[in-house]
Amino acid sequence: MAQKSVRLVLQWYPQTQFAGFYVAREKGFYIRQGIDLNILSGGADISPSNVLKQGKADFGTMFLSTALEAHYSGVDLVNVGQIVRESALMLVARKDSGIRTIQDLSGKRVGMWGPEFQLQPLALFKQEGIIVDVVRQSPSFELFMRGGLDAVSAMWYNEYHTLVSYGLNPDEMVTFRFSDMGQNLPEDGIYCLASTYREDPELARSLVKATVQGWEYAFAHPDEALDIVLDVMKKNNVRANRAHQRWMLNRMRDIIRPGDRENVSTDLSGETYEAVVRNMLDSGFIRSAPEYERFFQGGAR
Amino acid sequence: MRRGISFRLTVLVLACSSLIFCIILGYNYIISRGIIVRMAEEKGDYLASNTGQRLAEVFSSVSTVVDDMAQSLENGALTEERVRRMGGQVLRNHPEIFGTAIGFEAYRFDPYRKYFAPYHYRMNGGVVSTILGGDGYQYFYMDWYQLPRELGESIWTEPYFDEGGGGALITTYSAPFYREENGQRRLVGVVTADISLGWLQDLVSGIDVCDTGYGFLLSRYGAYISHPDSDLIMNETIFSRAEELGLPDLRELGRRMRKGDKGFVELAGFQGLESVFVYYLPLPMQHWSFGLVFPKAELFADVSRLSSVMSGMGIAGIGVLAGLILLLSRTITRPLRLLTTAAREIASGNLDLQLPEVSSRDEVGELAGSFQTMRTSLKSYIADLTETTAAKERIESELSIAREIQMGILPKLFPAFPERSEFDIFASIEPAREVGGDLYDFFFVDDNHFCFLVGDVSGKGVPAALFMAVTKTLLKVVAETGLEPGEVLAKVNDDLAEENDSCMFVTLFLAVLDVRNGEVRYANAGHNPPLYVQAAGAVEWVPSACEPMAGAMEGMTYSTGTMHFSPGDRLFIYTDGVTEAMNRDSDLYTEERLLEDIAAHPQASAAEIIREVDAGIKTFTAGAEQSDDITMLAMTYLGTTSAK
Repeated sequence: MAQKSVRLVLQWYPQTQFAGFYVAREKGFYIRQGIDLNILSGGADISPSNVLKQGKADFGTMFLSTALEAHYSGVDLVNVGQIVRESALMLVARKDSGIRTIQDLSGKRVGMWGPEFQLQPLALFKQEGIIVDVVRQSPSFELFMRGGLDAVSAMWYNEYHTLVSYGLNPDEMVTFRFSDMGQNLPEDGIYCLASTYREDPELARSLVKATVQGWEYAFAHPDEALDIVLDVMKKNNVRANRAHQRWMLNRMRDIIRPGDRENVSTDLSGETYEAVVRNMLDSGFIRSAPEYERFFQGGAR
Repeated sequence: MRRGISFRLTVLVLACSSLIFCIILGYNYIISRGIIVRMAEEKGDYLASNTGQRLAEVFSSVSTVVDDMAQSLENGALTEERVRRMGGQVLRNHPEIFGTAIGFEAYRFDPYRKYFAPYHYRMNGGVVSTILGGDGYQYFYMDWYQLPRELGESIWTEPYFDEGGGGALITTYSAPFYREENGQRRLVGVVTADISLGWLQDLVSGIDVCDTGYGFLLSRYGAYISHPDSDLIMNETIFSRAEELGLPDLRELGRRMRKGDKGFVELAGFQGLESVFVYYLPLPMQHWSFGLVFPKAELFADVSRLSSVMSGMGIAGIGVLAGLILLLSRTITRPLRLLTTAAREIASGNLDLQLPEVSSRDEVGELAGSFQTMRTSLKSYIADLTETTAAKERIESELSIAREIQMGILPKLFPAFPERSEFDIFASIEPAREVGGDLYDFFFVDDNHFCFLVGDVSGKGVPAALFMAVTKTLLKVVAETGLEPGEVLAKVNDDLAEENDSCMFVTLFLAVLDVRNGEVRYANAGHNPPLYVQAAGAVEWVPSACEPMAGAMEGMTYSTGTMHFSPGDRLFIYTDGVTEAMNRDSDLYTEERLLEDIAAHPQASAAEIIREVDAGIKTFTAGAEQSDDITMLAMTYLGTTSAK
């Protein structure tokens, strides 16, 4: 089979959040689908939708909300597979700050990342009727650790564990998972430009299929998957430690296969999609959204 | 083997000395350990304070430079030329600074430029400059900018790897600077200086701790700044490592180090299997923590070696001690064993045995002397005893002859008067083991008068036997004069009482039968009342006038009683040896039993009565030892007609 050269851009630096992709590449799952995949690392200042728009990559990973926003701002994206089914975003406060409920955050300094990470908290604060002092947080947690923030945004699979490995014990932290508070937005999905999809729908399907295989293999062989990802991280000069990546792999399993489901699904249901769109329209992040049938081209179809 | 004195002595002394030795060894080990731990602490203290001082020198000089820059930027005109020149000057004047940046708030320096941050840094021995900021580097959200901005104070950032500067580990000092605007103090920007931590890593990794120990440095969040394993540096925190190694104790240590504590802890299972000691103390200026790892085995190698040498010496010493004690105790116990053998020989009767020579002048020597004395004493004692025994045997044989003589004076031949058909008489005496004083006698006073008597002398032994012999002789002599029985007793009493200094006395029953008509005249001097058995079978006690015993006092009178015997009537006379015969339970035979035994055989002859009563007594006593002479006399009156 002739190998087709394909470029995939990730939304962040190499880490176990993308174990499925790296494992599938390492184990030759893409090759078997006739794809010679080149994975491009993301980063703090890289926007996959821009990369796709500029034609520097064929496929990219994004949060569903990020993709809808990009679509609204003019990038004609389609979702070819929804990988992560649950939101891993959370807020973390120190227990000794006295914060116990969301209401206690009123008037407090809360750290947040860029816009795609602000959708859920802002919607939640609106829903709860509280006003917080939003501070853009840096990739490190120094400001929070030094007491400059009352609460920070964290991904359950990543920064939460970073705080644990800074010496904070889980019982010293108060956590608010958005998935527990009616703000459950599906996160990582695979996207491409609508034009790319129209040109070769089979390619998108093959890519998603191999990725699913990669995830299933990673969950079945966690140590091997960790070796593969740590190797990639080392080659990319990204700080890595095994304990952290193991935690991340376990949590990815929780949000990709919630409730210990057997298979990795790439479906995105119409109801979930409509709920996310409504949420984003309500909070003013977007003013219009594409039809579900036009936007979602993966999974069961 | 029996556990002799030498065994016990050896065991006791060895146990005690082993215990003392172990205590000394343990004490030595604990104290030496304490000294080593203290030395390790001192070393840690010294190294840490040394490192801390070096850090403080460098860090405070850098912070002074940056603070001065911030202060100068708060005054004077903010021209681009001035701002761009400042960094270069600083780098030229301060070789310890690796790079310096002056970052401005958005649109603050230039209303048309969102980002403006000139950055000067060293490269290939020279100084180059660039302008930081852009969509790809939004420095407002970088720690070096955001922390002083948000916290409103100068800070040292967490160390990080510089991506542009050859991958060196650097830390940045950032100071905010302000200006008055419309009466308000507003942030204008942040000025920074980076310093490489390579020299610090070299300093810490240059620390020698035993052979395999090492020093390490943790950042304020527990990240490794310096560690022999370079993969750990800024990749792992002590907490992620604790998680990966499965060591909750390491996490606890990390938390204590982060808190700024100081201490000395033992960690088990660290780095493979061995235990390590970690001495840690804070570097307060940066909130960093310095640790020294001492492999336990190495740290205590000297103590362990000393302890094993001491153990070896101790064991050898105890061995020598054991030999000496064994030898010593053998020299003590050898004469004892010889004496024991000799004592056994003496015990078996060999008094002429030569005792072993013991020359020592100690307790054993004294014991041997005592043995010698004992043997001599025993020998003379036994000689004496042999003599005494011979004397005793002679006396006993004489006594026995006396007894035989005493018994010999009593009539023993039955039937006593075969030619006389008017009566039948039978008597018996059963002597107790000791010589007693019972007597009986019978004889004709004249052709028609037959006298018979029974007596019992008080006391026992030779005096009683002699008194009895005298009494018997007197009675016969007096009775043959033909006096009334009462008169006979009175006369005998007077004769006996005369010169009776030993105050002995005798009970007597004396009767005289007139063989022609069966008239029996009798007198009783304190004797047990005899039994009168009629031919028809009725049995009754012969009435007594309760007159005193003979021989005690002169001038006594005795009355004479009279009974009329029909042919077949019998009289049974006895001494208290009969009624006071005892069985093993000390019960007495009693008059009642005597009465019953006699009444049970109404037709018995004199000899038969005595045999039956004797059998009754034997049955009753059932083999118990006899304490008194048992004397019985029975007389049956047969009448005159049958003889004619």
